[in-house]
Amino acid sequence: MTAGQTTAEGAGQPPALTIDALGKKCPIPIIMLAQQINDVPREAIVSVLADDPAAFTDIPAWCRLKSHHHVASHELPSGGWAIHVRRNY
Amino acid sequence: MAYFDAASTEPLHPQAREALIEALDAGWADPARLYGPARRARMLLEQARAEVAEVIGARPDEVSFTASGTQAAHLGVLGALLGRRRAGRRLVVSAVEHSAVLHAAALHERDGGTVETVGVNRAGAVDPAAFGAAVGAGDTALACLQSANHEVGTLQPVAEAAAACAEAGVPLLVDAAQTVGRAPVPAGWSVLAASAHKWGGPAGVGVLAVRKGVRWRSPLPEDDRERRRVPGFENVPAIIAAAVALRAVAADAARESARLSALVDRIRSEVRRTVPDVEVIGDPVARAPHIVTFSCLYVDGEALLTELDRAGFAVSSGSSCTASTLRPSHVLEAMGVLTHGNLRVSLPRGASAADVDRFLAVLPDVVKRIREDAGMQP
Repeated sequence: MTAGQTTAEGAGQPPALTIDALGKKCPIPIIMLAQQINDVPREAIVSVLADDPAAFTDIPAWCRLKSHHHVASHELPSGGWAIHVRRNY
Repeated sequence: MAYFDAASTEPLHPQAREALIEALDAGWADPARLYGPARRARMLLEQARAEVAEVIGARPDEVSFTASGTQAAHLGVLGALLGRRRAGRRLVVSAVEHSAVLHAAALHERDGGTVETVGVNRAGAVDPAAFGAAVGAGDTALACLQSANHEVGTLQPVAEAAAACAEAGVPLLVDAAQTVGRAPVPAGWSVLAASAHKWGGPAGVGVLAVRKGVRWRSPLPEDDRERRRVPGFENVPAIIAAAVALRAVAADAARESARLSALVDRIRSEVRRTVPDVEVIGDPVARAPHIVTFSCLYVDGEALLTELDRAGFAVSSGSSCTASTLRPSHVLEAMGVLTHGNLRVSLPRGASAADVDRFLAVLPDVVKRIREDAGMQP
């Protein structure tokens, strides 16, 4: 599976904001991300917790379309992922 | 209602409707018997076979009729694997094949075989070199590649894949369901699957063609119908109607496909111009003439279908909320494109420019309203 502009860049950085979108269906996790990404400083990381399989594909795709940076998607032990996005502008 | 879901099923061609009604009287008898009405049914069946064979570039004795395109794909995949069992148990497929092919592949895997899936680029096409490398590796028994993708329209490099298969001595199954009757069938296939209701024939007729010399063995219990390839009494009237529809659409395909393709170009450019935050998906040039797909950020796919239905448009979506499985389309996932807010517009024969314009006029407001309801301000 391709994952947008994913690279290791920013991989070690702790998230400045965590958005809990567990149990929410797409596009709601993306809407929450779009509404809150400007709450963190530029270059900071937002972690989106989501378990809708569409979010796994769509958050990296959103990053590509919006010129933000998909850092990585980590599987959560309880199911779903923590999807890390770096605010680019 | 403007019907823009031809990739699901094309409305019955008027000539096919006429032929079907006539054939219910002329072709009802058992074509395997030897009395008058049976011989007549046999003659009509063989005439239909010859006509379909001619359009797909096959010999009549290479063509069998199945109960559906899905059955043609299942029998094509499993029968070719069984015929090549001594050569190996490795199956190569693209990641964006129709679920009929992928489900047959899953059965092969459950049965102890292996499946190698070749990924696609952002436009939805396999890389011919990667596909060729997968085919050439190990003891590959069969490779499968669609002519065009059913969700995004992107054409696959079938000619290059066929050349790689020929070099490796591996048969190639081409699922041509989206292009038969709309575009010439790409050369180089060993097994071909197609579906009559996609070209304006009735439902209940699929086409399985197996090239002479290609090893194939039925995975099903023995039956002597359709050259022992497909079990069960043939639906002769529907097969006759399917052949009539194919002859009619193929005769007009060059002109009509060019017209529909121009309408698709218009949709591709206008949607990008009038709808903010939209991703138009699939290859803009190397594509089936009638399919265009795009995804709208922050939009719920089901809400989009409901609103467009209310506005008088029949379209479909690959978004997870519109699927019985609640998973996004495997095609969109494999491409790495946006899966929510997804819309597939596929134009049937005769789709009017006026209906397309009306769709393009309605769409921006529908998208804007759904976004506002979801709390996304422009």
